Amino acid sequence: MTNWDRFVDSFFNARVMAQYLPKIIEGFGLTVVLALCIIAAGLALGLLLAVVRAFGIRPLNWLIIFTVDLFRALPPLVIIVLLFFGLPNAGVELSGFVASWLALTLVLMAFAEEIFWAGITSVPKGQWEAARSTGLGFVQTLGYVVLPQALRITIPPLTNRTIAITKGTALASVVAVPDILGAANAGVSFSFNPSPLTLGAIAYLVLFLPVVVLGRWIETRFAWKR
Amino acid sequence: MDSFLDTFFNWQIMQEASPILWQGLRATLLLSALVVPLGFLGGVIIAVLATFHAPWVKWPLRVWVDTFRALPPLVLLIFIFAGLPFIGIDVGAWGAVAIGFFLNTGAYYGEILRAGIESVPRGQIEAARSTGLTRGQTMTYVVLPQAVRNVLPDLISNTLEVVKLTSIASVVALPELLFQARQAQSVTYNASPIMAAAIAYFILLWPVVRLLSRLENRQLAGRR
Repeated sequence: MTNWDRFVDSFFNARVMAQYLPKIIEGFGLTVVLALCIIAAGLALGLLLAVVRAFGIRPLNWLIIFTVDLFRALPPLVIIVLLFFGLPNAGVELSGFVASWLALTLVLMAFAEEIFWAGITSVPKGQWEAARSTGLGFVQTLGYVVLPQALRITIPPLTNRTIAITKGTALASVVAVPDILGAANAGVSFSFNPSPLTLGAIAYLVLFLPVVVLGRWIETRFAWKR
Repeated sequence: MDSFLDTFFNWQIMQEASPILWQGLRATLLLSALVVPLGFLGGVIIAVLATFHAPWVKWPLRVWVDTFRALPPLVLLIFIFAGLPFIGIDVGAWGAVAIGFFLNTGAYYGEILRAGIESVPRGQIEAARSTGLTRGQTMTYVVLPQAVRNVLPDLISNTLEVVKLTSIASVVALPELLFQARQAQSVTYNASPIMAAAIAYFILLWPVVRLLSRLENRQLAGRR
């Protein structure tokens, strides 16, 4: 067998690929569901924390800042491992899916809060004062005047961060979630051929390449002209 | 509550595990010292190539960068570590991590540095060239120093992510901090070693997070 044949037989083995394609497709669905759950919960929690922080209640703000710092400093995999392998020692069992979802949601929450907060603080003080002096309450000012302006400038950094964290769903394979990577790994060990990994890599590219290109477009579309 | 403390903050178990956790921490630092410069080097190469506007450089480069930005780093790492040996290329855990990070973080550093280079006004380059500096000298002495300064917050932020990302090396059994902590946990049936590792990461990276949060606030606020 020539080197080329060996290469094709290893990474593009049609028989193995056909056999494991259904598993990879199932994993693809699971990755998408996990990613959507993380995005929905993470962004909502991040926005909630940023809005709470705008009320300026000192002890609460310290708590928010610490929580955000914590989940920005810890590697996502460490949090996943702590939840999945650590909690059972204390009698709490989380499934791999829930542990991964919770960990990455907390991470996205932290990064999103930071970005939303920066957006809120970027709205000039005059806007606050003008809105309040027209008779809008604090919450109305925040909701109708500040947040619409703040959210617009948060879109590019938020998109990039969300993409980066969503790619972290591959970490779920470490805690036995049969997502794309989990299914591919299982395929490799059953077939003793790395073609399922090739399929997995292709699946990730199909999922994330459009998102990365979209992120690049959003970055230029929403960029503030200097 | 007691059982919670006993499981996650068991001082005795943390102390017993401390020698192997120290080894892990040292490996994590060593790994970071290896992959950060490696990724940065990859990034400089990509960013400098991006200054050539010929289509046969531009498009392949864009495909390359987007591919490695779209592929989760763990997938890349496992492909190199577990896939390549099937065709006789076995680079070991350290080698796989080095190659994977070079490709993945190189793409990210490259994008950041490219934005930095584009932020340096063209007049600077023209002025430098007209004083007699060559293209290479202009890049090294005029453009890159300013480019790096302009995107410093993004560079620090990416470096933080790279250091955090070294934890995925535990998946290919490289004995860094998280791997060692899991070893200790599986022997003691107690989560305290993992908690100790988390605390170590936090102590190590918290100052960087604080610094970044200040820089980012200023950057976003300064857009108006």
